[in-house]
Amino acid sequence: MKQFIAFVRKEFYHVFRDRKTLLLLFGMPIAQIVLFGFALTNEIKNTKIVICDYSKDVVTRAIIDKLEVSKNFEIEKTLLGNNEIEEAFKKGAIKLVVVFPPNFNNDLNHLNKAQIQIIADASDPNTATTLTMYATNIIADYQREIMQGQNLPYQINTEMRMIYNPELKGTTNFVPGVMALVLFLISVLMTSASIVREKEMGTMEVLLVSPFNTILVVISKAIPYFFLSLFNLAIILLLSVYLLDMPIKGSLILLFAESALLIITALSLGLLISNSTASQQTAMLISLMGMLLPTVMFAGFMFPIENMPKALQIISNIVPAKWYYIIAKSIMIKGLGFSAIWKETLVLLGMTVFLLVVSIKKFKIRLS
Amino acid sequence: MRTLKVLLRKEFRQIFRDKTILRLIIALPIVQLLVMPLAADYEIKNINITVVDHDRSTFSHDLTSKILSSGYFKLVDYNNSFPAGYEQMENNETDLILEIPLNFERNLSRENAQKLFVAVNAINGTKAMVGSAYLGRIIAAYNQDIRTEMLPPSKVPNMPTIEIVSSNWFNRYLNYPVFMVPGILVLLVTMVGAYMCALNIVKEKEAGTIEQINVTPIRKHHFILGKLIPFWVIGMFVFTIGLFLVARVVYGIVPAGSVLVLYSFLAIYLLAVLGIGLIISTYSNTQQQAMSLAFFFMMIFILMGGLFTPIDSMPEWAKWVAKANPVTYFIEVMRMVVMKGSGFYDIRNQLLITVGFAVFFNTWAILNYRKTS
Repeated sequence: MKQFIAFVRKEFYHVFRDRKTLLLLFGMPIAQIVLFGFALTNEIKNTKIVICDYSKDVVTRAIIDKLEVSKNFEIEKTLLGNNEIEEAFKKGAIKLVVVFPPNFNNDLNHLNKAQIQIIADASDPNTATTLTMYATNIIADYQREIMQGQNLPYQINTEMRMIYNPELKGTTNFVPGVMALVLFLISVLMTSASIVREKEMGTMEVLLVSPFNTILVVISKAIPYFFLSLFNLAIILLLSVYLLDMPIKGSLILLFAESALLIITALSLGLLISNSTASQQTAMLISLMGMLLPTVMFAGFMFPIENMPKALQIISNIVPAKWYYIIAKSIMIKGLGFSAIWKETLVLLGMTVFLLVVSIKKFKIRLS
Repeated sequence: MRTLKVLLRKEFRQIFRDKTILRLIIALPIVQLLVMPLAADYEIKNINITVVDHDRSTFSHDLTSKILSSGYFKLVDYNNSFPAGYEQMENNETDLILEIPLNFERNLSRENAQKLFVAVNAINGTKAMVGSAYLGRIIAAYNQDIRTEMLPPSKVPNMPTIEIVSSNWFNRYLNYPVFMVPGILVLLVTMVGAYMCALNIVKEKEAGTIEQINVTPIRKHHFILGKLIPFWVIGMFVFTIGLFLVARVVYGIVPAGSVLVLYSFLAIYLLAVLGIGLIISTYSNTQQQAMSLAFFFMMIFILMGGLFTPIDSMPEWAKWVAKANPVTYFIEVMRMVVMKGSGFYDIRNQLLITVGFAVFFNTWAILNYRKTS
């Protein structure tokens, strides 16, 4: 035990001596949570769209009014030909064009049918589908309004209730994801350099000739970073609640414990990377280049996992941030207790044990 | 010139000596480029639905099968207890609950109006909006079916329908890889360049070999160029593999515009990115510092580049962050050239800004690199 405390103290000295890194490790999560919390959303707001109204009658004006009220669109009314639309798309100035053909109201009243054309710049398919959907919904709403005013027989009304996030805010979905991302990646980064650094500096040899216990050396590397991360976690939670308006409906203690579990998983992964590489450069390439995109894409907040091909859905299971994202949403937004998330917790726990065991096994007590 | 040649030989030798790193900087981008684009599908389909049917009538059965045959929905459960459905929503098993009240069919005929109840899991707001809109449309269509069936033809009300025809230009079939592959390639090339470059000078600082260079009459800009060029070549190489091997062979993406435009832009862009790496390198004393700094900036560059979430939706101040981000411009240019066939004239603004970045970052790096400590 005394030996262990000595090791931990040594590691604390290492961490606290390097002021620049320390400042970064504290500053990074704050800056990133604030920036990403506000800036990342899959809602599409204030997009410039063009409306070409060749009819200019009562109905088209009513529909345009409805489109104008929507916060999703910034509307410009001009008449564009096909070539001009293509030009505007190419410049990236607009994303969507809504065309009302001539005699719109006339057709609607006499033929009972009229057509609206929506043209989207689908070079960004995400924006294109979402914008087309927004516009279609607004037009369909208008149509429903006309019909309900007619007092028809056999009327089925539908009452829709949005649960958990009645205002359909983008942050509700994204902030837990950003939390998972920042906590996980920073923790991996911190430990991934730790052991390999001693190998590179040659101080490993000193450790190897001393009568230490392998497990203690490996674990003691992670301890200062664990406390650092807990501190970061507290700041991240404070920012999420007070700045980004996230609720914590469930137990704060449970959320804190689960987050600590994610941190331990990440630190263990960092240790494993550090143990299996020969240089800091390699460790960094793996922990930064290898982890960043998969964590962003497979955590589930950017792209819904159920949309992915089966093989990728299976791959997504090995991304710890995915499990944490489910846990964080359940506690913060749904207010559920441990009984609802024990499976996810168990998965994270299993990963942690596996990573720790492998990294201790991989720790070589001989120089090559 | 000769100094530079010697320096370059040294750098290349150092890079090629470390086989692990060499393999990583080729393999990591390629594997990710192969896997990631398939994950980025935003189209909302496979919406899970639970139908709580208290009525169990012909109408309620017809409505359910109509919803399922639309192709958007997947039936998770069909039961008659709302709490059971709600529990499924809590456990993420279902996104929508449709509750059909008792005596729905009978009361619809008697009272001429009935209400359906829909609960939507709205944590993902976009998905909730889309799912509920699909469902609303299906119910409205079914409503009209009932009228046609129940009323004599003369009494079926005329429904003025507004038909919406949507067309998607530049990417008619909403092919996601064609959108994601070029963007992800940009991110990967950026990471390779910036990370490698950021660690490089600092590695010499840690190993102490920088002292030897400092005492030689090597000029500052020679030294910086010697560090820049090898990674510039590697960046070009990774991009080429990504564009021709992965994008073309695997995903069948052939740029609509000229490859020359892409490469000219890339050449300047890489200088800017490597410049950032160099600045980080000159400010750090240890590899760990360089690593943390590089990570901090890369994560911001990558997430704020407009590939994953639209820049237009960001708050005003965040848009400025996106505008100060070289990645934003390259992603824009990639999309324009690959999908729309834009030429030099269309991308002139992005090109000018990137030239500005390249000059600015590299001047900064040269000024900040000191031979004496």
